[in-house]
Amino acid sequence: MPTRNGHHLDTSDVVIVGAGAVGAACAYYAARSGLSVTVVDRGAVAGGTTGAGEGNLLVSDKEPGPELDLALLSARLWRELAAALPPEIEYETKGGLVVAGDEPGLAALRTLSEAQTAAGVASTCLPADRLRDAEPHLAPGLAGGVLYPQDAQVQPALAAAYLLRASGARLHLGAEVTAVLRGPGGAVRGVRTPRGDLLAPAVVNATGTWAGELAALAGVTVPVLPRRGFVLVTEPLPRVVRRKVYAADYVADVASDSAALQTSAVVEGTPAGPVLIGASRERVGFDRTLSVEVIRRLAARAAALFPVLAGVRVMRAYQGFRPYLPDHLPAIGPDPRAPGLLHACGHEGAGIGLAPATGQLIAAALTATPAPLDAAPFRPDRFVERSPA
Amino acid sequence: MPVSPSDTRGTVHDLAVIGAGPAGLAAAVTAAELGLTVALLDAAPRPGGQFYRQPAPGLGAARPRALHHSWGAFTRRAARLAAQRAAGRVHHLAEHHVWAVTRATADPEHWTVHAVTGPDGAHGPAPELTARHVLLATGAYERQLPFPGWTLPGVVGAAGAQAMLKAGLVLPGRRIVVAGSGPLLLAVAGSLAAAGARVPVVAEAGDYGAYARSPRALAAQPRKLVEAAGHAATLARHGVRLRSRSAVTAVHGTDRVEAVTLTRLDHDWRPLPGTGVRIPCDALAVGHGLVPQLEPATGLGCATRRTPDGGHALVVDGRQRTTVGGIWAAGETCGVAGAELAFIEGELAARSIAGRGPVGALRRRRDRLRRFALAMAAVHAPRPGWSDWLRTDTEVCRCEEVTAGRIQDAVTGLGARDGRTVKLLTRAGMGWCQGRMCGTAVTHLAGDPAPAPTRRPLACPIVLDHLADG
Ligand SMILES: Cc1cc2nc3c(=O)[nH]c(=O)nc-3n(C[C@H](O)[C@H](O)[C@H](O)COP(=O)(O)OP(=O)(O)OC[C@H]3O[C@@H](n4cnc5c(N)ncnc54)[C@H](O)[C@@H]3O)c2cc1C
Ligand SMILES: Cc1cc2nc3c(=O)[nH]c(=O)nc-3n(C[C@H](O)[C@H](O)[C@H](O)COP(=O)(O)OP(=O)(O)OC[C@H]3O[C@@H](n4cnc5c(N)ncnc54)[C@H](O)[C@@H]3O)c2cc1C
Repeated sequence: MPTRNGHHLDTSDVVIVGAGAVGAACAYYAARSGLSVTVVDRGAVAGGTTGAGEGNLLVSDKEPGPELDLALLSARLWRELAAALPPEIEYETKGGLVVAGDEPGLAALRTLSEAQTAAGVASTCLPADRLRDAEPHLAPGLAGGVLYPQDAQVQPALAAAYLLRASGARLHLGAEVTAVLRGPGGAVRGVRTPRGDLLAPAVVNATGTWAGELAALAGVTVPVLPRRGFVLVTEPLPRVVRRKVYAADYVADVASDSAALQTSAVVEGTPAGPVLIGASRERVGFDRTLSVEVIRRLAARAAALFPVLAGVRVMRAYQGFRPYLPDHLPAIGPDPRAPGLLHACGHEGAGIGLAPATGQLIAAALTATPAPLDAAPFRPDRFVERSPA
Repeated sequence: MPVSPSDTRGTVHDLAVIGAGPAGLAAAVTAAELGLTVALLDAAPRPGGQFYRQPAPGLGAARPRALHHSWGAFTRRAARLAAQRAAGRVHHLAEHHVWAVTRATADPEHWTVHAVTGPDGAHGPAPELTARHVLLATGAYERQLPFPGWTLPGVVGAAGAQAMLKAGLVLPGRRIVVAGSGPLLLAVAGSLAAAGARVPVVAEAGDYGAYARSPRALAAQPRKLVEAAGHAATLARHGVRLRSRSAVTAVHGTDRVEAVTLTRLDHDWRPLPGTGVRIPCDALAVGHGLVPQLEPATGLGCATRRTPDGGHALVVDGRQRTTVGGIWAAGETCGVAGAELAFIEGELAARSIAGRGPVGALRRRRDRLRRFALAMAAVHAPRPGWSDWLRTDTEVCRCEEVTAGRIQDAVTGLGARDGRTVKLLTRAGMGWCQGRMCGTAVTHLAGDPAPAPTRRPLACPIVLDHLADG
């Protein structure tokens, strides 16, 4: 129905803002629950952090707790999705291998893996002399490691694109949301874009690193901040790295609250041939200038872990900004401060992995059906300072 | 006595110049003559850049100047460079490929230049070099647009053919069609013909008639007209036909080029049906003008502007300063405009950095030549209809073998809207050339109305170990 200013009114059950991995998964599960879905993005599909990430679907790097529960559910859902979506998403259950350089490191790693086992994570301890059965090119002299068969991988941009396509959602690309529309009583009733209003009784904020700005349009705060990461990409190689291999200190880096630079060796092969080398974490805002310090460290650590990589050419480097919340947990679910608004954001360095479970939680909230797991730890309004009234 | 490269360790140069083409060369000698200490880095073994590429000494080329206009402008500066090197004021670091420039950790007012040495970086990392100012004079590279058959052996870049000729004095074939767009095609055809090749035709997709319609910018440039007239005379002498508003829309041959189809174009470069003619040849030299080389500028955060031919160039002020304090730029990085302007901008930048000498006259000449370049770029700018040449099975990205059809699918079926998301969804532009070859085409096929310049934090591939311990 044409409106006064000539735009067509676009009405659906839910508008999802953000066409990254998280928005795509929300669209997929919402549509499967029978809702009519509209997805809007100011750019392209996967043009945000989803296009700057690596696509690991990890359980190995998470300590027992709500995020691990989310990851385990997601791991199961990704397996289902891999069967339902075309092979182009490059889903691989290649497993993760975490290695320790010394005995104390290995002891800590074992303690972690035991705790993870109790939460449902499968793993096998590998003594030093069996590491190279798993990864023939690993450096000599490592103390040992733990193998995690549930760790998997997708190509994140393709996974998001095919998820979105499979959802059948109506797509508006190149349309920036400039306002969240509120009805009488404050209930959300859609969003405004330069191309017209998109109306729905529910709006999902899946804008990743920019989620704070979208929340502000609805008058609420969600304190998402960018945490920068660089990735190095080598020339295509025969499969010299089979799994995702990383050093045990990575887990500590992921959980760290420091704004300062952290780097640990994270190395993995891809089906297309190039080896990806990460991972750095630093809070420097949206600074896009190249940090030679960071990429030098990444290079040095990767070569220390896989000496065979020393003579390989790095073709390119890229960076992205992980959507980071102060307690390292995402915000998932309805926002009681703005009825009709739901958040699905702040997944930091695990948004690809955690996307399906996030999508299921959002779909459950939208349809008022039971959630697959307890969503309370992800409540979007948990950061609100309570006034001492 | 020339100073050896290792002597640069520990010293802070007043100026590091990246690129020893006309712009960098002019800047380095001017700055040194004004008393600055200068490091001049270039990936190539000898100074001269694109235009004044010299045959390797062993080839015994008697008269390299025969391939060049204004050879004197170059040799005079090369002689001044030799004098400044001898005096120890310029460190010429040849075969230094700069992969990044960053703020120095020790002093944020200084810059660190990171380079690898030797052909393809084979000789390992260079010692880090520190400078108070950096001038980016990294020039440009040739723009290619795909068409059916462009991957067949015997199809070469026009600039590449010229470079081969200048550096090694070899011809890509004996009967060579020259095609594409831009005034360089005339120069290329002239050199190929002068070196003994038969050039049956130069096919220009743009409309040379358009020059007659912007007489003001042209009339202000008598030298350019003389240059063009020189090319025209050379072409006439060798019996080369110039066909405006025409393009090679197919290449024929099994193992290599045997013929091409030349087709008339409409104003938007759409092929006019029924106008194709087959022209036998054994090579095709093709190019669509030049694209400014923006690495390492974008890694530094220097602002860019759109150019009339749909590319990006660095934003500089009246003194050649970029938007990042301490970083300057000159020559083709600021927009493709020819060697004469590159010399002027290099000199202007050096004077500005040294804070010495009059710059008003230089700036006026610069502005005049820039205006001319803008008018020229508009005439030869690729028009949207070029993609009608493509078939769905035409390879657009050669490195990753991505066809036009797959790019179309990513756009219509998967939600790509720009070069970056097409790359993520198809791998187009992820290969060895990092999209330098296919970037223009991919961006166009993605339908991006306002593309951003491609970011390449590393200006060239680097061995992991060299990165680690540089
Ligand atoms: C270097 C690096 C490596 C990583 N590796 C992994 C990994 O191995 N595994 C993993 O699981 N995760 C990884 N991540 C993290 C992962 O990439 C992110 O968590 C995930 O992509 C977040 O997805 P998203 O959909 O929430 O956000 P995004 O993909 O950023 O999508 C948000 C979208 O919202 C749009 N948007 C924003 N504001 C508006 C507006 N106002 N109007 C309209 N649209 C708007 C944006 O255009 C964007 O497309 C990595 C991240 C980085 C940086
Ligand atoms: C085939 C051809 C014919 C031409 N004919 C004419 C003509 O007839 N008349 C005319 O006026 N102009 C002509 N030109 C244009 C002329 O070549 C350019 O205008 C001129 O060379 C620009 O000078 P520049 O210094 O800006 O860049 P360039 O000459 O391109 O020099 C740039 C230099 O930077 C170096 N470089 C780039 N990146 C790096 C890096 N990361 N690290 C280290 N070094 C780096 C390159 O090796 C190169 O030597 C022609 C160009 C071509 C290609």
